[in-house]
Amino acid sequence: MSETRFKRMKDLPSGHLLGSGTPMCAGCGGLEALHEIYDILGEKTVFVNAAGCMTLLSVYPFTPFRGSWLYTAMASAPAGAQGVRDALDILLQKGRMAPTDDLEVVVLTGDGAAYGMGLSATSGAIERGLDFLYVCYDNEGYGNTGQQYSGATPHGARTATSTGARGYPGYKKDLFSILAAHRPAYVATAIGAEPLDLARKVEQAKGLKGPRFIIALSPCPTGWDYDPKDTVEIGRLAVRSGVWPLKEYRDGKVTHTKIPGARLPVEDYLKTQGRFAHLFTPQRNEALLGEIQGRVDAYWQAVG
Amino acid sequence: MTRILLTGNRAAAWGARLARADYLPAFPITPQTEIIETIGSWIDSGEMDCRMATLESEHSMITAAGAAAATGARVFTATSSQGLLYGMEMIYTVAGWRAPFVLVNVSRGLASPLTLEPDHNDVLATRDSGFLQIHCATCQEVLDSILMAYRLGEDARVRLPVIVNLDGFYLSFTREPVETPDPAAVDGFLPPYDPENVRFRASAPLSQAVVVLGGSPYSYFRYESHLAALNALEAHEEIAEEFARTFGRTYGALDTYRTEDAEIVFVMMGSFATKAREAVDRLRQAGRPVGCVRPRLLRPFPEEGLRRALAGKRGVAVIDQNISMGKGGVLYGELASALYGLGQAAPVLVSFIGGLGGRDISAEEFYEMAAVTRSAAEQGTAPPPRLLYTLDELREVRKLQAIAHVERQGLGEES
Repeated sequence: MSETRFKRMKDLPSGHLLGSGTPMCAGCGGLEALHEIYDILGEKTVFVNAAGCMTLLSVYPFTPFRGSWLYTAMASAPAGAQGVRDALDILLQKGRMAPTDDLEVVVLTGDGAAYGMGLSATSGAIERGLDFLYVCYDNEGYGNTGQQYSGATPHGARTATSTGARGYPGYKKDLFSILAAHRPAYVATAIGAEPLDLARKVEQAKGLKGPRFIIALSPCPTGWDYDPKDTVEIGRLAVRSGVWPLKEYRDGKVTHTKIPGARLPVEDYLKTQGRFAHLFTPQRNEALLGEIQGRVDAYWQAVG
Repeated sequence: MTRILLTGNRAAAWGARLARADYLPAFPITPQTEIIETIGSWIDSGEMDCRMATLESEHSMITAAGAAAATGARVFTATSSQGLLYGMEMIYTVAGWRAPFVLVNVSRGLASPLTLEPDHNDVLATRDSGFLQIHCATCQEVLDSILMAYRLGEDARVRLPVIVNLDGFYLSFTREPVETPDPAAVDGFLPPYDPENVRFRASAPLSQAVVVLGGSPYSYFRYESHLAALNALEAHEEIAEEFARTFGRTYGALDTYRTEDAEIVFVMMGSFATKAREAVDRLRQAGRPVGCVRPRLLRPFPEEGLRRALAGKRGVAVIDQNISMGKGGVLYGELASALYGLGQAAPVLVSFIGGLGGRDISAEEFYEMAAVTRSAAEQGTAPPPRLLYTLDELREVRKLQAIAHVERQGLGEES
């Protein structure tokens, strides 16, 4: 990571730009991340939104944003960003808009759209070299409809559509690598519970041109089944257990931005959430716990 | 003014060029592709100051079109058939943004079975979306309608996107002499796009296309779009007058042909209506008082004009180049509702389905439809809807079925 103005926690913005009183759930990890991101991006932005929890941020006639907003549909927010960016460029080039009126175009999407329905539109936007920032709040399921499993759901998690003893049989899709394989300007994973790391990444992304991505793991009290007060703690555990590696891709290279020294056992993280309770009661599912731990260990071994 | 031979597709591209469209979100599909290729080549050669972006689907293409219009650019885009349906979620969505742009649809029948040739089920699927619809019968009309469509959609009373429809193959790939208007005259007719307050600027933050809670605001905004679409009738009349003054060509909401003293009238949309006009001339030569009405506007639907044109006629043959499964012709239903309540003045309506998937409609069939409609008018009752289909065609299909049957049996024996 190059030079940063965010060296210590006290370097983070003290004023907050995003208004309060939104319809997001108490303890929403996605909103936590968005607050931190918006403080750095600022109000000269237009958020192009895909259907998801955060679609409910702007409900007529209210919005927590000081800047602009366009809701599109579930699958095509990156295409909406393409239209806005292209139109701004055209109007600037033809002198029909003051340069001071230019905006940073930001896609705001959940994992349901990002890992699934919207993937084709995202791939297309990278292909076209679209100059935009893409923020995915990843709460590992279709949260707004009651947490059915999505392509982002971790192996073994109980969701509204995987209620059996083994939980979700699939594996969380590696969106970071899928995006990085397109060789965009920037891809990063982040989490609201690590605000300094997140701030640096937003700062990085803001300073670059082209397609830029931030995937923020977003602990979800209602979907993951835990007390809203634990959002920050669960976020930290996701990082310290090695479940959610914090990393970035730039110039063809992947760098881990926060390597957990002594990794905590994965079950320290899993135990905090009702969606994994069936791994522990009525009796411990050693096989599944072992498999999950094994995958995390293998990941970190591979990255050295 | 220059007169050159142009396909319907190239006429559409000329419409976009003369309208000085800023932005072309694109995706190829037969039979539309020539439009985006033509504009693309003009952009490459510097003849047109426009930006083109090929999206990865029509769903994205229509999203980008709406988003660019909502930012304040003049947008042109084009598609056909399956592409229009692939983008259907966004057709409905962007219409509500009240950010006008023009989409050319080159009509092509819908799967299944899959075909490349035209009918109107694709464009009619957008009927209730909030897009206005202009249906064209000639290549000249395609070009002219695009210029009028921008004026109409951008009119302060309207502010809705517009679909300009032309038939695949019959217009898209048919060259006709087309007058390309003088660019300066077009600039006079069509001033630069004023996005008014629908745009994104750092100095004027705006939330667009947000959620509403509850049926009350939802109903309000939906009905407001409906009223705006209705306003387009009056706006179109004014725009058409100005267009006629400027360019010498007149386009009403309805194209009526020899209807004044007609007793029997054909009603149909699109390029096949030119075949109906030809049949009208022949029938007139044979002493039959027949006319033709072609709705150019389908949305808004020119109900009052249709009542004026058709009240007191004896019979109307509605020829639908589409089919609503389980109901019949779409235009037939639309027209019946428009003419309801005319009492004694109501003509007998006879429904025909024809021209599906590019199937031709012959002169003889027009004569037959006129005769059937006349006899229905005399008896005062309409026969059931009828598909235009000949015994020869049926025989051909039976042959294909026989081949399919034999081939399948043959494979069965070999395996």
